[in-house]
Amino acid sequence: MIAFLLKRTANAVFVMLAVALLAFVIFRFFGDPVEMMVNEQATLQDRIELRERLGLNDGFVTQYTRFVTNAVQGDFGISYRNQQDVMVLIKERFPATFELVLVATVISLVVGIPAGVITAVYRDSRLANILQLGSIVGVSLPSFVVGILLILAFSVSLGWLPAFGRGETVDIGWWSTGLLTPSGRAALILPAISLSTFQVTLVMRLVRAEMLETLRADYIKFARARGVPARRVQWRHALRNCLMPVITLTGMQIGNLIAFALVTETVFQWPGMGMLFIQAVTFVDLPVMAAYLLIVSFIFVALNTLVDITYAWVDPRLRDDTARGDG
Amino acid sequence: MKLRHLILATAAVAALSGTAQAENVLKWGANRDIGSLDPYSFGDSFTINVLNHVYEGLVRYNKDLKIEPALAESWEILDDQITWRFRLREGVTFHNGNPFTAEDVVASLTRVSDESSPLKGNLPAYVSSKVVDDLTVDITLNGTYPLLLNDLTNIHIFDKEWMTENDTLMPTDVGAGTEGYATYNANGTGPFIVESRQPDAKTVFVVNPDWWDEPQHNLDKIELLPVNSAATRVAALLSGEISFTNDAPVQDLPRLVAAPNVEVLEGVDLRTVMIGFPFRDTLTTGEPNPFKEKAVREALYKAIDLDLIHQRIMRGKSRIAGATIAPPIPGYVEALDELPGFDPEASKALLTEAGVPEGLEFEFNCLSDGLVNEEQFCQAIASMWSRIGLSPKLDVAPRAVQSPKRTNANTDVYTLGWATLPLLDSYSPLLQIFHSKDGNAGVFNWGGWSYPELDGLIDAAGKELDLDTRLSLQTEALQIVKDEMIMIPLHQQPMAWAVTDDVSEMPLFPDAKPRLWFARMGDGS
Amino acid sequence: MEKTASMPTDTTLPPPRPSRLSRLRESDLWYSFRAHPSAIFAVALLALVAVTAFLAPLIAPQNPYDLAALVLWNSEIPPIWDAAGQWPFVLGTDTQGRDVLSAVLYGSRISLIIGFSSVMLALVVGLTLGLIAGYFGGWIDNVIMRIGDVLLSMPFILIAILITAIASASLPTGLKDVLAAPILIFAIAVPSWVQYARTVRASAMVEAKKEYVQAARLIRVKSWRIMLHHILPNCLTPIMVAATLNFGLAILSEATLSFLGVGMPPDQPSLGTLIRIGNQYLFSGLWWIVVFPSVQLCLIVLSVNMIGDWLRDALNPKLR
Repeated sequence: MIAFLLKRTANAVFVMLAVALLAFVIFRFFGDPVEMMVNEQATLQDRIELRERLGLNDGFVTQYTRFVTNAVQGDFGISYRNQQDVMVLIKERFPATFELVLVATVISLVVGIPAGVITAVYRDSRLANILQLGSIVGVSLPSFVVGILLILAFSVSLGWLPAFGRGETVDIGWWSTGLLTPSGRAALILPAISLSTFQVTLVMRLVRAEMLETLRADYIKFARARGVPARRVQWRHALRNCLMPVITLTGMQIGNLIAFALVTETVFQWPGMGMLFIQAVTFVDLPVMAAYLLIVSFIFVALNTLVDITYAWVDPRLRDDTARGDG
Repeated sequence: MKLRHLILATAAVAALSGTAQAENVLKWGANRDIGSLDPYSFGDSFTINVLNHVYEGLVRYNKDLKIEPALAESWEILDDQITWRFRLREGVTFHNGNPFTAEDVVASLTRVSDESSPLKGNLPAYVSSKVVDDLTVDITLNGTYPLLLNDLTNIHIFDKEWMTENDTLMPTDVGAGTEGYATYNANGTGPFIVESRQPDAKTVFVVNPDWWDEPQHNLDKIELLPVNSAATRVAALLSGEISFTNDAPVQDLPRLVAAPNVEVLEGVDLRTVMIGFPFRDTLTTGEPNPFKEKAVREALYKAIDLDLIHQRIMRGKSRIAGATIAPPIPGYVEALDELPGFDPEASKALLTEAGVPEGLEFEFNCLSDGLVNEEQFCQAIASMWSRIGLSPKLDVAPRAVQSPKRTNANTDVYTLGWATLPLLDSYSPLLQIFHSKDGNAGVFNWGGWSYPELDGLIDAAGKELDLDTRLSLQTEALQIVKDEMIMIPLHQQPMAWAVTDDVSEMPLFPDAKPRLWFARMGDGS
Repeated sequence: MEKTASMPTDTTLPPPRPSRLSRLRESDLWYSFRAHPSAIFAVALLALVAVTAFLAPLIAPQNPYDLAALVLWNSEIPPIWDAAGQWPFVLGTDTQGRDVLSAVLYGSRISLIIGFSSVMLALVVGLTLGLIAGYFGGWIDNVIMRIGDVLLSMPFILIAILITAIASASLPTGLKDVLAAPILIFAIAVPSWVQYARTVRASAMVEAKKEYVQAARLIRVKSWRIMLHHILPNCLTPIMVAATLNFGLAILSEATLSFLGVGMPPDQPSLGTLIRIGNQYLFSGLWWIVVFPSVQLCLIVLSVNMIGDWLRDALNPKLR
């Protein structure tokens, strides 16, 4: 087990170093940092001095090492646009994105699991067919179109829910939460629904596939034969068996949801990391872009590694690396 | 009546018990965020305008845009004609409680005129300043100069002690790898105090109870909420999530006017929208630059259907302009406003005569976050130019991306809006745009033109203290700009603000700057 | 987001068999196709969209990319069934006088081309690298698969945005317009080849151990040719399903990038660009500018996904 743990961790570290290399290349070679920092009146001499001071004349490896060392300590430099410490900016924005992703995940489970069970158990019923159709429409609708439609319906026409922002937030230490105020909760509803559309269908499809598989399994058949009521078998025994893959999927998808939140955040002007990133992209604010890439990838890799390790802990067969395959 | 008394009584109790009920909170949905809390770190008039609620200058514009005393109570020009003596207001304190003194003025002027300050061009005649006594300052200029007070309206005064404590006596230098303390902290003398700031999300200002002036507003709090998307801004206004916007999209005005809870305030901005040409030898494609020929500029001018842009894209809300300044600006005369007439056939003939090749490619640089409906009128103009046989390549991006291209002569044709701020005088565009590039002059001369005769007139005006003589010199200079078609004026852009019905007073200014210290909420309802 | 959704089939490959089976499968497919009205509907819809999109230059009333053809006087005309509608602007015009129907047709063409090309590029790269990795093994395999690991450890959409953003920031304006579509194709293909490579590699590893390959190696025959013939049919099923679903995903990604402003420029609008521009007029009564491109986009992706779903069910022996 310890060997496996070390191996997975080493792998994750390697991947992060590679992502850091990419972020470093973006930061260093696309757009001259000096040109973006100095103001228009700076002389050639100023530029040369600044170049020296920033260490841009050092060797590639030295600069990369410095970049990684700084990144590990949370130092990503100063944003060109906001002229603020990048890490401070991201730290300020992280709670907004995290709460959005959290609520979207909860919605996807609360809606996706029952829908998946229903479509599996009552395979050819009308309800199941409607849900199936809904799921395919769900994966086909671009999330920004969903967002626009929701704003049009619930903000503009009905005037029920806010169209932008987080509403009132409450600070708990450095964490700002919108969950504790009525306006904060209201502001969260539409963006969370729009972000969760894709995830709901994903959960639903997975639950359906797993349920179909499980319902064919012998022990379920035995249980039925022993006279356990059908509903109880389906909802308790079979569903419990499907939950592990669902939890895995949810864990691995959180990284993706954080990244995809940038679309939702743009539509709803949600002041999270994604909006920060998109604004950095339009303004070619390279330190913010590099930091965002690294942080989101880190969350992604960390969650995947965690899921892998948990799996191996639960099921020792998976510790053998070759058995994991490459699927 | 009884009920009303009851409500009043409850309100009084609530006020006594310290809860924040019945606060007048103005939620300002702006189309963008301010760049920084440091007015000197960002040479951008919106940032300066917003920070004017926190920081003040020695003088300020009143409700009629006339200059009146602010932090200075009076001033005189000394006998040498180049030194101005300012007597400062007594008893003014900064938000941190420090008293306002002459030291603060000198430190602020030193900071803003520093080599690395993006705003040094806003104080072109400044040479030095010195403390005479605690409440007297002398400012020395490089010559006789009529417009110092206009310049000073936008030079915000910092607290020297606060700057020294926080190591921010000099403008922010991003290259130094440190944040500027003033970038995210503020300490002014103005009517509002910065309570909190989250870039791109929310900046909160609370009323300054110790403001030296008698407040005309009744606001307790201002929340500045940047909402980039025009559609979202409209939705937010309709649903009451914001109570004021200084940029109501012109295409949505009918809907806003029809809404029962929204009032639209319309006017014509002083900002003149213009198109500028490169005067270098080659275009960005490396081809020879035909725009150096006046005939080619004239051809492009005559190919633009100004009326069509006015009606369709500006929805009849703009004012078609022939002059590079708006009528209320000193120096304007009607003759400057004559239009060349839309005549694409004449344009084609002019191009053929000048030997411009068919399908000539050039870049057309526009901002996506700049002027009113800029993206749309740029597309329309590009389409009009295509029809006379040119191939403009439209390049639309945010200001931060386009500005370096423009200042480094890395593009061809470009747009520019100029409101003559903060001077409110035609000397402003003449010096900053049309003068040859030379020190503080011609900072916005991106095309790189040089007309010695024009420079002579502008320089003479800059030393002339007699108002009429100065204005006639400036009018003469503007006529040369017009005759040579150095830039093509299109229109003065429309200005549309909108407020919800809980805002009872919101004066609209022709320079398009919200001055919320004149705003009132909740009266009469 | 796609990798967990479309991969359950690759561990259940049927054993390799020659081409007779594929003919059989063809007929199986055909049977299943005729039994699924939704599949027929989806194929018909997609065909209609594709044909009209590719014939756009012939059937569209206007060339929306020709700046000289846009007349501002014709701006903001509502669709033809509205009282103020005008012929030939069946679906109305936008704020520049661009015919919305033409813009939708041309926009669909761009979206389809970018979606299709990026899937093809990813397929070619993925299959090639997968074969190489599986056949040669060793350090080559290691390098290729580690690169794949790194790509999969960054969210798909993030890689695409970074590539397009960096390209557009570092290219001169003139080139940017010309290269906008190729850059998007590349940006979408980069993160998606890994999936194909992994599938093919797995089959190739199995195949490489077989006797005929060992024998071929001994007598120094170029065995990769034989392998190609054996391996490809093997993994065709999962790859075909994945490619179809990825086609829908690629179109969505392109639309998302263009909506965010890092995709196609406004003078060669794709459906995403049209929605981005139209979104500004959402509340001003000009609904047709944003609604028609959105509907078209959803229809395209919906039909592709329906075909993909049906293919997966039809080709998966377990569900039959």
